[in-house]
Amino acid sequence: MAQFFAYISHGDGVADDAALEMITAAKKIDPSASVTAIVTGSGPDLDKVANELTASYPEVWKFNNDALAYPNAEVIRKALVNNLPADCILLTTHDTLGMDLAPGLSIKLDSAYVADVVDFEGLEGSDIKLVRQEFSGQVSTHVKCDAGNGAVLTLRPGVFPADESKSASGNVVDKDAGDVSTKRKYLEVVVAEVGDVDITKSEILVSVGRGIEDQDNLEIVHELAEAMGADVSCSRPIVDAKWLEKSRQVGTSGLTVKPKVYLAVGISGSFQHMGGIKGNPFVIAINKNPKAPIFQVADVGVTEDILEFIPELTEAINEAK
Amino acid sequence: MEILVCVKRVPDTSENEIEVSKDGADIERDDLVYSVNEWDNYAVEEAIQIKDKIGGSVTVITVGDEEAEEVLRREMAMGADNGILLDDEAFEGSDGKGIATILKAAVEKGKYDLILTGAQADDGAAQVGGMLAAMLDMPYASLVNSVDVSDAKKLKVGREIEGGNQEMNEIELPCVLSIQTGINEPRYVGIRGIRKVASVEIPTYTASDLGLGADAVGAGAAKVKRLDYFVPELGEGAEMLEGSTEEKVAKLIELLKAKGGIK
Ligand SMILES: Cc1cc2nc3c(=O)[nH]c(=O)nc-3n(C[C@H](O)[C@H](O)[C@H](O)COP(=O)(O)OP(=O)(O)OC[C@H]3O[C@@H](n4cnc5c(N)ncnc54)[C@H](O)[C@@H]3O)c2cc1C
Ligand SMILES: Nc1ncnc2c1ncn2[C@@H]1O[C@H](COP(=O)(O)O)[C@@H](O)[C@H]1O
Repeated sequence: MAQFFAYISHGDGVADDAALEMITAAKKIDPSASVTAIVTGSGPDLDKVANELTASYPEVWKFNNDALAYPNAEVIRKALVNNLPADCILLTTHDTLGMDLAPGLSIKLDSAYVADVVDFEGLEGSDIKLVRQEFSGQVSTHVKCDAGNGAVLTLRPGVFPADESKSASGNVVDKDAGDVSTKRKYLEVVVAEVGDVDITKSEILVSVGRGIEDQDNLEIVHELAEAMGADVSCSRPIVDAKWLEKSRQVGTSGLTVKPKVYLAVGISGSFQHMGGIKGNPFVIAINKNPKAPIFQVADVGVTEDILEFIPELTEAINEAK
Repeated sequence: MEILVCVKRVPDTSENEIEVSKDGADIERDDLVYSVNEWDNYAVEEAIQIKDKIGGSVTVITVGDEEAEEVLRREMAMGADNGILLDDEAFEGSDGKGIATILKAAVEKGKYDLILTGAQADDGAAQVGGMLAAMLDMPYASLVNSVDVSDAKKLKVGREIEGGNQEMNEIELPCVLSIQTGINEPRYVGIRGIRKVASVEIPTYTASDLGLGADAVGAGAAKVKRLDYFVPELGEGAEMLEGSTEEKVAKLIELLKAKGGIK
């Protein structure tokens, strides 16, 4: 069987949570898989991460290079292409770095590419059978990926359980990145602005999505939130349309919230949105489509048109006070 | 600047409930409303704004069947100058790499300084832009949410990363960028705008026009194949409130009170 690798990102000297998820994923493809971890960066933080990973991986490739101090996908891709054996299976995460790095990597390695895998159903010959989702999670698909010439696979964060066994006691291997000159230069990270309300601290959130249809309709959401004593948050399309500030957006490219109660109105439940909800809150979803994916993850669901239902709910709450 | 924008015609998920057909071979397509992929609209708007600022042209291109022409016209009504349709039975069943291979062949028939794609399309793969860049040996940046064109040789682009933070990069031209939603406010196109471009000639290229052999694209070349569609049973799912609207409201208030959802 082909060699398995896991490209693992890190911050502040700690490996990304996905590091342990990738071990589980690799074993789902091939129970006998022995996976080599790959980390890139520079300085003491990198050493710390590499050592941490030896608990879980039999071998850790460490690329220490000033050009890799910031994880610029264009640079990382070159280092990987310079070092990876042909026909290998490389796993990484379907996040903003994975999306930047992985598709081009598969071309340079001349291997197959599948993004955002949510499950594996094993191996038949050199074909990997796997599961992914389409149409923002409304339907799933089985996919066959011919890994005969290798494969690059990105995994959805958080869906594969972490392998906590930590029984590897592996070793770190220093690797030479080789020529990593590129035509894209990293400059700086501009940190997101802080808003008027800090939704990361809110106990009750009324979160509004594209189902609200029109900016003027936001009024009914504000009224409901006021009646409940809640703050208003939202999904991404509401921010894209500039109806609410970015500091109100819940999700992977917005904020991570940990309320007690999360009432989602007109939100379909994409993984990028749900990825911003932590701390296991009580999730209520109101959506007119009974098949909306959010009903699979919410605690309580209501199939109603929010434009009619919300004003009634608000009125009843105010009356009950 | 000569700009090429890749666009895809997709079922509009805000207009449709996507249902799996009985045998699981496909989704129910009969009553689907199609439109241009949400992300591609932002890419076309960005291209038009760049053209308006520094001159040049905007060409929109798609791999699709004859019905895909409508999305090209829509984007031309927004202000794109040219459209190109890449249509051939041999393209059917292409995986992401196949689509990128077809687009690459078309790119090489022209001369572009900047190629834009959407960050992702209906199957959420977010792959074609990065593949195309690698095939063309051009630098690439994904999830771009700002583009500064003040330098003729390189762009300053912002990438949206986790937490809504923005990663600033300098990238040399020619390059490929995948565009994230929210970068701009795509202009509205009315029926009149679409009518204006209704009779503009849109060239169609086939596999042989592009010099593509049957073994390079289509189902035969695809290493990645969708086997079926299905709707998964995830966990237990939500407890669905039943009854009249009034009854649902009453139950919901009870639950909210119990869980601390009303202060
Ligand atoms: C890299 C990346 C990062 C992203 N980050 C985020 C993020 O941080 N946060 C985020 O939210 N998204 C994010 N997204 C976008 C995400 O993929 C989805 O597109 C988005 O979450 C969808 O928002 P929505 O649920 O409001 O809209 P839709 O998916 O369009 O859902 C609208 C829902 O409203 C329902 N509806 C419509 N009308 C009514 C009505 N009258 N009454 C009741 N229900 C109604 C519909 O049935 C539908 O389920 C990201 C995407 C990418 C590619
Ligand atoms: N059939 C196609 N024709 C033209 N461009 C496409 C096609 N499929 C995907 N793309 C481009 O690639 C982007 C990302 O799509 P995907 O990689 O399929 O998620 C889209 O936003 C389009 O810009």
